[in-house]
Amino acid sequence: MATPNTPLWEVFIRSRNGLAHKHVGSLHASDTTMALQAARDLYTRRGEGLSIWVVPSNAITASDPSEKGMMFEPAESKIYRHPTFYEVPDEVGHM
Amino acid sequence: MAVASIQVSETPLVLYTLRRADDALILGHRLSEWCGHAPAMEEDMALANMGLDLLGQARELYAYAAKVEDKGNDEDRFAYLRDVRQYRNLLLLEQPNGDFAHTMVRQFFYSAFADLYWRAMIQSADATLAAVAAKSEKETAYHIRHSSEWIVRLGDGTAESHARAQSAIDHLWAFTGEMFHVDASERALIDAGIAIDPASLRASWLKTVADVVDEATLALPKSDWMQQGGRDGRHSEHLGHLLSELQSMQRTFPGATW
Repeated sequence: MATPNTPLWEVFIRSRNGLAHKHVGSLHASDTTMALQAARDLYTRRGEGLSIWVVPSNAITASDPSEKGMMFEPAESKIYRHPTFYEVPDEVGHM
Repeated sequence: MAVASIQVSETPLVLYTLRRADDALILGHRLSEWCGHAPAMEEDMALANMGLDLLGQARELYAYAAKVEDKGNDEDRFAYLRDVRQYRNLLLLEQPNGDFAHTMVRQFFYSAFADLYWRAMIQSADATLAAVAAKSEKETAYHIRHSSEWIVRLGDGTAESHARAQSAIDHLWAFTGEMFHVDASERALIDAGIAIDPASLRASWLKTVADVVDEATLALPKSDWMQQGGRDGRHSEHLGHLLSELQSMQRTFPGATW
């Protein structure tokens, strides 16, 4: 029901202290107050959260899927960026 | 078809507890009627959530009434095997959902009262009622917040939503006085420190309601004529229809489970 009166919002929930807010979905609401209440009603019914963020979907700038070659493929060949690339000498023990 | 209704020994504490349990069950059932029919999925869930909060309150109160009565009744028998005249809920809560504005105004009037009521009842000399109050207050605090936000948006929204919200207020206003009424049975519990006097909450309730209604650019009726009777089992024609749906399975197939 995408109407001008109820724009789309993205919902982020933090499940525990010390964890980051994680994207859980989206909803329609008229304003910030109603978006927060709807997020509470839709996404925390089973005790999922301690904190909620709602963000207007149109405030999010997203990467362009058609540019994924340029954006993400160059990283695929840089396996030395993964810590598992390096052999850790036994003497080091646990890192 | 049709299982006979149960008999209830309505001592003051049993009657008191059933009244609050019936309030929660009947309003919860009304909210459940919106399931799948609300204006938007977000509100469908919000209404169902509030309904489930109320159903949980009703269950605890029925279970306690059964324990106090000690005549072999239980929460299911109270809910499914009492007739209209044995129900003790406020008339306000059995009123039909009507449009969304009617549902929200009904919720708003009651939640503004229930939140104050349960908060005060945390001090009850009855440990079980105090515990129910502590749990219920957190739930009703959200109900008043959610419904009051809607009242403001409906009243201060479009000409159509304003007119519908005002119409709901005008229609339901006469049912609000019953919330503050006390009879002799309840007076005894108030004197014993088990119940609180709802009349002591009226000024706070009126302020909460008036502030929201004012912000919503709506107006409260001037009339102070108030309808009552629900607490004594004299109900509007709507409750029988509600109960026929609520009770049909257990009346037809006694003790059916799934």
